Amino acid sequence: MKMPLAFLPEQASTLARDVDMLYLFLIGVSMFFTILIGGLIIYFVIRYRRRSDADRPAPLHGNKLLEVVWTTIPLVLVMIMFFWGAAVFYKQFRPPADAMEILVTGKQWMWKMQHPSGRSEINDLHVPLGRPVKLTMTSEDVIHSFYIPAFRAKMDVVPGRYTSLWFEPTKEGSFHLFCAEYCGAEHSLMKGWVHVLPEDEYEEWARGEDPDLAELTPVEAGERLFTELGCLACHNPASGTMGPDMTGLYMSNVELDDGRTVVADEEYIRQSILEPMAKVTKGYQPIMPTYRGQLDETQLMQIIAYIRSLGTE
Amino acid sequence: MSAQAKQENYLNAKHTVASWLFSLDHKRIALLYLLTILLFFVLGGIAAMLFRVELLTPGPAVMESETYNRLFTMHGITMIFFFLIPSIPAVLGNFLLPIMLGAKDLAFPRLNLASWYVFTFGGLLGLGAIIFGGVDTGWTFYTPYSSTYANSQVILAALGIFIAGFASIMTGLNFIVTIHKMRAPGLTWFRLPLFVWSHYATSIIIILGTPVVAITILLVAIERIFEVGIFDPALGGDPVLFQHLFWFYSHPAVYIMILPGMGVISEIIACFSRKRIFGYPVVALSSLAIAILGFFVWGHHMFVSSQSMYAGMIFSILSFLVAIPSAIKVFNWVATMYGGSVKLDTPMLYALGFLGLFIIGGLTGLFLATMAVNVHVHDTYFVVAHFHYVMVGGMVMAFFGGLHFWWPKITGKLFPELLGRITVVIIFIGFNLTFFPQFIVGYLGMPRRYHIYPEEFQFLHVLSTAGASVLAIGYMLMAVYLLYSLVLGPKASRNPWKAAGLEWTTPSPPPTHNFSEPPVVKFEAYAYDEEEVYQDDAEPGDKGHG
Repeated sequence: MKMPLAFLPEQASTLARDVDMLYLFLIGVSMFFTILIGGLIIYFVIRYRRRSDADRPAPLHGNKLLEVVWTTIPLVLVMIMFFWGAAVFYKQFRPPADAMEILVTGKQWMWKMQHPSGRSEINDLHVPLGRPVKLTMTSEDVIHSFYIPAFRAKMDVVPGRYTSLWFEPTKEGSFHLFCAEYCGAEHSLMKGWVHVLPEDEYEEWARGEDPDLAELTPVEAGERLFTELGCLACHNPASGTMGPDMTGLYMSNVELDDGRTVVADEEYIRQSILEPMAKVTKGYQPIMPTYRGQLDETQLMQIIAYIRSLGTE
Repeated sequence: MSAQAKQENYLNAKHTVASWLFSLDHKRIALLYLLTILLFFVLGGIAAMLFRVELLTPGPAVMESETYNRLFTMHGITMIFFFLIPSIPAVLGNFLLPIMLGAKDLAFPRLNLASWYVFTFGGLLGLGAIIFGGVDTGWTFYTPYSSTYANSQVILAALGIFIAGFASIMTGLNFIVTIHKMRAPGLTWFRLPLFVWSHYATSIIIILGTPVVAITILLVAIERIFEVGIFDPALGGDPVLFQHLFWFYSHPAVYIMILPGMGVISEIIACFSRKRIFGYPVVALSSLAIAILGFFVWGHHMFVSSQSMYAGMIFSILSFLVAIPSAIKVFNWVATMYGGSVKLDTPMLYALGFLGLFIIGGLTGLFLATMAVNVHVHDTYFVVAHFHYVMVGGMVMAFFGGLHFWWPKITGKLFPELLGRITVVIIFIGFNLTFFPQFIVGYLGMPRRYHIYPEEFQFLHVLSTAGASVLAIGYMLMAVYLLYSLVLGPKASRNPWKAAGLEWTTPSPPPTHNFSEPPVVKFEAYAYDEEEVYQDDAEPGDKGHG
């Protein structure tokens, strides 16, 4: 049986230290109040025990000043906790614009990752040291949660929508990856390792062992799917106006036939592939068939990656 | 004749089984509830012991993952829905509320009896779910796992919880009406015991919140049976919607569980310090503040659920605010002991144990309201430790503290005081040994609901299991001496603790109609400076002892 040597896990990302500082502050405040209140209780129990003939002050039924003081001090302290917590959370929630994107799909009971180079892996995640990485994640079935304790990073992985998680590793090595949201029988086996490699070793790893067998990048795979599924028949300016052009679609404002305007983000594109009738672009006939059941979540993400590669407005 | 009439009480009034099963007496119904919830407490405890044994080793030891998942679900469902939620209100509240108000019974005695039947029926369905294969969704029933993927008795368990919810609503409604309409002459709102105030606040939450969880659970069953898309995105539903609906009730439910405990603690601390509760109106109103604010913090369970970051911030700041009334209560309890005459009898030891554990439970709640820290510890053992400090360290300590405090009143018997004190110490040590290591293992990154876990966490799990064994010994010891007291314990006088409060002015155990003549209240609940209030030997009617 191994003894735990520390009460903090390893700090292996840029934000780990920020979270730990806040945690230590909270421990400090908690210890202060636990000792203060615990000490007062013990003191009162001994000094005012029934058999003691210590002087007892005149009965005190309340004291406005005291009540104001012990309402205000905790209020100030919790507001410090709130703002400090919110500031770090803001950083945890917003990936830098230049972050490298890795696609993650969770399903009972495994994690599948695809790198920009095209290389995929299961339950292991190789990432470069010192570079921000953004995971775009979804689930094939139930809710999972992607959790790397050493990075102090966690985000639920939800079917039917995309969530993201980012980190910048600061330490080489292998770190635990857990599913943190209960997801059924083998929930506790839905785990793996995050391997942080120096940048050049990562690049080498990402190309694959045999360059001739290199997998398609997500964009290439998406383009191939786009062609194979016949999307080009309509979504191609050369073939007429059956469907809207995909060039410059990503993150543009799309006017719908019911008068609403929506932003063409990942969620919108995904929904338009699976439920084409939900949001029909103004000026087009609702004739697109659904692709539900024909594409898994990884393929959907690849198509979206391809559409994104066609530029933003 | 008159000597016999004097001895008649609610326990010996009638002896048939029917006189219990069809009793409209709130005191007998309270005892029916007590037996029922203790059965669930034992069941939930056995489940906990089994998985604590399993967790001694990182790999599978004595059971499969499927069994493990069913056990923690059974533990959660029985403890929360069938033990903690009804524990203090339906047992101690039911027994004491009318007596504390100087009333003959609750406002609706038949509704009260009906609530026990409804609760028991719900409980039987829950038991059925366990017997026919168990449930493996966790007590939180997250969708779409529960509505589409789980292969277990989800519907039976959901139905059980749905039905038991109605029992809560009936009890809550009964309490509110009783508190408004049946106070004895002279018993103004600010003379009420804080136990009554906390039950009033609890009842409001029950009535407003329980229908929401009932509907939510029903929607899960509808999606499961009829495949109507509500929560499962594959059917066009939204899985996160479930979490909003579920926590809208289940967070306030935490206050349903803890507020009555706070009421018990106020009674005990006042009695064993011989003091009025410091800042009584603030403590009373803070219960209402908790009840209201508690409805606006549910999103703090969802910081990493894909909820918007700004929604998260609002829920975070509101969660910090709800901590303030709880902190005020703690300060007021401690201030009550200042200048008092403190005696460490068993109930007071429970109250002090409650304070110690609730302080840790409350402070670690601040860690969870702090968003950046929450991201890391969400769904880890840190959360498990936190809510056990509040629910077991808080509510269960308060429940047993209250049970010991009013035991002489309820049963007419005294329990062995020394054994009582030893047991509190065992429970306190066992509890901390069980749950404190879980804070550490949680921050180290151990997710909750893990059957198989990395080796480096084993040491802390072994400590935890050792603690659970000590805790179990404590509870069993208590069961033994309380049963002993029930059969062979010395007869209790009317007011063995010399406590103030109307319940101590009537004999132990009280007569069927609680008081021989309707009481008129001249003092506030904690008039420990008015000696005539808390005399013991005088029987009611013997006015000479002033």
